[in-house]
Amino acid sequence: MTTSRATRGGVWRVALTIAWRGMHTYVRRPDLFVPSLVFPLVFLAGFAGGLSALGSIPGFRFPSGYTAFQFVFILCQSAMFAGLFTGFTLAFDFEGGFARRLMIAAEDRRGIALGYALVALTRAAITLVLVTGVALATGMRITGDGVDLFGLYGLAALLVLVGYGWAAGVAFRFRSIQAGPLMQTPVFLLLFLAPVYVPLSLLKGWIHSVASVNPATAFLDAGRGLISGAHDHTLLAFACALGLVLLFGIWVLSGLRRAESSA
Amino acid sequence: MSAGTLAQIRALARRSMLQTLRQPFQLFPIIFFPAILLAVNASGLKAATRLPGFPTHSYVSFAIAVAFIQGGMFAMVNTGTNLAQDIESGFFNRLALTPLRRTSLLGGILVGVAALGVLEALVYLLLGLVAGAELKAGVGGALVVLALGSVTGIAFGALGCFAALRTGSGEAVQGLFPLFFVFIFLSSSNLPRNLLRTGWFHTVATWNPISYLVEGFRSLFIYGWDGTALWRGFAAATVLAAISLTAAVAALRTRLQRT
Repeated sequence: MTTSRATRGGVWRVALTIAWRGMHTYVRRPDLFVPSLVFPLVFLAGFAGGLSALGSIPGFRFPSGYTAFQFVFILCQSAMFAGLFTGFTLAFDFEGGFARRLMIAAEDRRGIALGYALVALTRAAITLVLVTGVALATGMRITGDGVDLFGLYGLAALLVLVGYGWAAGVAFRFRSIQAGPLMQTPVFLLLFLAPVYVPLSLLKGWIHSVASVNPATAFLDAGRGLISGAHDHTLLAFACALGLVLLFGIWVLSGLRRAESSA
Repeated sequence: MSAGTLAQIRALARRSMLQTLRQPFQLFPIIFFPAILLAVNASGLKAATRLPGFPTHSYVSFAIAVAFIQGGMFAMVNTGTNLAQDIESGFFNRLALTPLRRTSLLGGILVGVAALGVLEALVYLLLGLVAGAELKAGVGGALVVLALGSVTGIAFGALGCFAALRTGSGEAVQGLFPLFFVFIFLSSSNLPRNLLRTGWFHTVATWNPISYLVEGFRSLFIYGWDGTALWRGFAAATVLAAISLTAAVAALRTRLQRT
């Protein structure tokens, strides 16, 4: 009992130390901080502003308007990319030798995985607050209620962990930033092979078939349902997200074991 | 230009090309990302062709132009990252101790980037044609696409060199990618300018040189020979190349002084 409590304490001590160091590095380096904030804003401007004409295509109906329709995509994307970029940081830390020293020093190495997950969640929180603020300032309409919004941001938090889980698992296995495209590509594909610009019903051909079985479609449908108050695939989206978090949790821990054995 | 300088440029151009061609991790995004974005956008945004005033019924023909610009952006990141790695590893410092000319160093890298730009443009052209894009300007138009692709490659490659020489960090160069990507998003890349209904966005896209670069490539696919779009496209690429080259030369001078 005492040992178990000590181990649990050790995991959190390591995790919180890494989280503090990760956030300290993040906010003190504009070359990391600025792009992670600018990127989602550019997507928001490019999609919500540049493609607003798509809202008048025959058959397009969304009660909260095209900005809110695109905002949900940006929210999901920012969440997953915050996790992904934290995986990049982990890979950079391995390349620089810091993570190897951390493996030697940490009293419980699971704390390393948990610590970077906390970094991902904090980074995402900063980004999502900014993106939401900008979207609201530019006239985004939210027709869902408070509970719906809580659900929307809860879903986003799970997506941060999905993105982080995938990227961290890769980072632990390859321990090099050279594996960056391997982290990025599947997440990128998952997101863009979903109904990004128009609803699923307006997609035609192969993209409709792919989007119909893509879990990201459930995330977007649920998010758009929550922001507009007209729920759509909410339970399915949460089930998919939780399933992926669990799956990638195992992927991260097995990657950590692999990194331990090679250290 | 002396034979010695030419030999130096040739050697560095070869090295610059091989650095990209021999690393699948670098080659993969150059080919894969623009291709997948084209596939996704061409399908996902096909509904846009139903908007009154859209210039073609084929969104692939409309969207293929963006692939050339994205290719240039990836070339920028790869060139910048490779140069930054040379700086980080000390190779650049050792190179600076040799009698190598400053013009040869940048020239070599950029000749390599230009050659890669032609190769990339050829790949995107073939991918587009396979995907169903129609090149209204014919074979002559294909040659113009390659030429514009090459100038675009030089412009973005020089920007990558500038970022690498200024920061000396590969991580920082990679982090700058989203900032440069801004210009693609805030342009007429996804819809023609007459269909950009958000006022501020229309203004930004009109002032954004990337819009003219995209429209230059695009005109060859959907209109044939459109002199106005072409001269604007080449002018945008040339001015961008001139500015980024000037910035890169200045950054090189500063870096060499520090070395």
